Amino acid sequence: MADTTAVTKTKTKTGPGAGPAWRAHGAARRSTHTLRLRISATLVAVTVLAVLLVPPLVRLDQQAVDLAAKLLPPSWSHPFGTDDVGRDLLLRCVYGLRVSLLVGVVAALAATVIGTAVGATAGALGGRADRVVMRLVDTFSSVPHLLLGVFIVAMFRPGVWPVVVSVGLTHWLSTARIVRAEVLSLRSRPHIDAAVSGGASRWRVGVRHLLPGVLPQAGLAAVLMVPHAMWHESALSFLGLGLPTHTASLGTLIQGARGSLLAGQWWPTLFPGLFLIIPTLAVAGLAGVWRERINPRRRSELTL
Amino acid sequence: MTALPWREMTRLTARRALSAVPVLLVVTFGVFAVAAASPFDPVKAYAGTAALGADQETLDRLRENLGVDRPFTARWWDWLTSALGGDLGRSTVMRQPVAEVIGERLVWSALLCAVAFAVAVLLGTVLGVLAARRPGSLLDRTVTSLAYALEAAPVFWIALLAVWLFALELDVLPAGGLTDTGSDRVTFGQVAGHLVLPAGVLAVSQLPWFTLYVRQGVGDALAEDPVRGARARGLSERSVLLGHALRSGLLPVLTLIGSRVPELITGALLVETVFSWPGIAAATVEAATSVDFPLLAALTTLATAAVLAGNLLADLLYGLIDPRVKLNEM
Repeated sequence: MADTTAVTKTKTKTGPGAGPAWRAHGAARRSTHTLRLRISATLVAVTVLAVLLVPPLVRLDQQAVDLAAKLLPPSWSHPFGTDDVGRDLLLRCVYGLRVSLLVGVVAALAATVIGTAVGATAGALGGRADRVVMRLVDTFSSVPHLLLGVFIVAMFRPGVWPVVVSVGLTHWLSTARIVRAEVLSLRSRPHIDAAVSGGASRWRVGVRHLLPGVLPQAGLAAVLMVPHAMWHESALSFLGLGLPTHTASLGTLIQGARGSLLAGQWWPTLFPGLFLIIPTLAVAGLAGVWRERINPRRRSELTL
Repeated sequence: MTALPWREMTRLTARRALSAVPVLLVVTFGVFAVAAASPFDPVKAYAGTAALGADQETLDRLRENLGVDRPFTARWWDWLTSALGGDLGRSTVMRQPVAEVIGERLVWSALLCAVAFAVAVLLGTVLGVLAARRPGSLLDRTVTSLAYALEAAPVFWIALLAVWLFALELDVLPAGGLTDTGSDRVTFGQVAGHLVLPAGVLAVSQLPWFTLYVRQGVGDALAEDPVRGARARGLSERSVLLGHALRSGLLPVLTLIGSRVPELITGALLVETVFSWPGIAAATVEAATSVDFPLLAALTTLATAAVLAGNLLADLLYGLIDPRVKLNEM
């Protein structure tokens, strides 16, 4: 029972007093809102389209080595410049983003499935099972994410799958907590009581009444997790523990550019990083709008 | 300031220490289980290229000598019992006992993290208060967008760009290490100079989170009755802002400070690696690249303990600062 009170407590915290009383109001608020939505949506769309369309449509080899054109600064023919063996960095970045995004999406999906399953089971079963599961979640979260990821990858590398597994296994905790809290708050709603007293089976209540209520939150968590997973993958790759160099991700690109950076060439480092930041901000912007739709009263700050 | 509630604080600490035992047991067990499932063979790593020509008998004897022929549960138990006696095994990559590696390097990591965190807290409070003072103003929007951009930027990327700018272009700060190359003595001036960049970058990576929380907390507090009351009484803007809004606005933030330890460790892993800072986080990465299991296991356990200590610190602070919270109910 203590858990449900905890949930209601956090709910009441977002009452009118804590609300957006001091932020922009009315039309001003709505216009920044739509602007943010438009910019974020455009950036996400451009990212996804670039990643999907450039490889099949642009007939250029990202691995084309041209030593005569090595380490050229940004120019019209090479907007991002070239790397230490003369490969075009714009093309390399797009391909790197493709790898990073793919790893990010798969890992985020895995984490969301694990998190939703664990959280929903804990919330729906309640009692001792819930306590044991949540204690395990707490234990898991006392190991820093990146450290656990580094450990898993160190033991199973090299390859793409160790990275995906390591990121997926370290990111399901927050989803599990969110889903569990949502299930707990749903369980006390009248329509669930009605379904139970109407004789619906446990399974039916779970699938027909609990799951639809949980999905928006889980989906939001999944979307927000993609940039997180991308960040994680690039950090692992940067440490030299991530993807093998022939499947270059953004992290691998930054790692590979360290030599040229120390020789004074900044562009091979700068642009892959920007390719990580922009999708992250765009997804955060989209998710912020989404969150306000599904829960208008909750604060929209601080979830990147 | 009234006297500290020592009794309650000690009791909470003792309770947390007790509940940390099962957590550490599970974590170390998990670490050994993952290592047992790994395709990596410690015997081959130990023998290196010599294992290629060795016959099966030699390999088996080596396996027995290293104690890796037994099930991982037995090895876990052995490790645990000898760890309690202070023997954490031998690091293969550093070629010295693990306990010695930790002893030599812990102080440098602690120094880096403490300086970075202090800078982030101070700067974050200042920026957060400035931003919350006039919501929607140019300053607020600049600080907020900068914070979001910095939060999204990978810390190793910021670190590399900082090296490029400050060590190469401007040539004002050293690019890495603890002392200048060629000098074998660790002096205060050298360390301070070499600390600026790594600590600055680590602080910048923690700054956005802190700034945004302070802005949110102070902004919320500014809209609440006590602040309105203070304004109505005609108190100066300064005492309204610092005496009332900041005090109640910082409260939720302070309690979260201790829970930032995981992020701090994550940041340190990357920053120490970029700047070749001789701390334990950089050692973790080295241990991982060369699959040095004894070192890796000890450092993972240490990091877990640090996170638990951070959580305890958060709760203690909360109980001390917020009179509504009773420490003995936590």
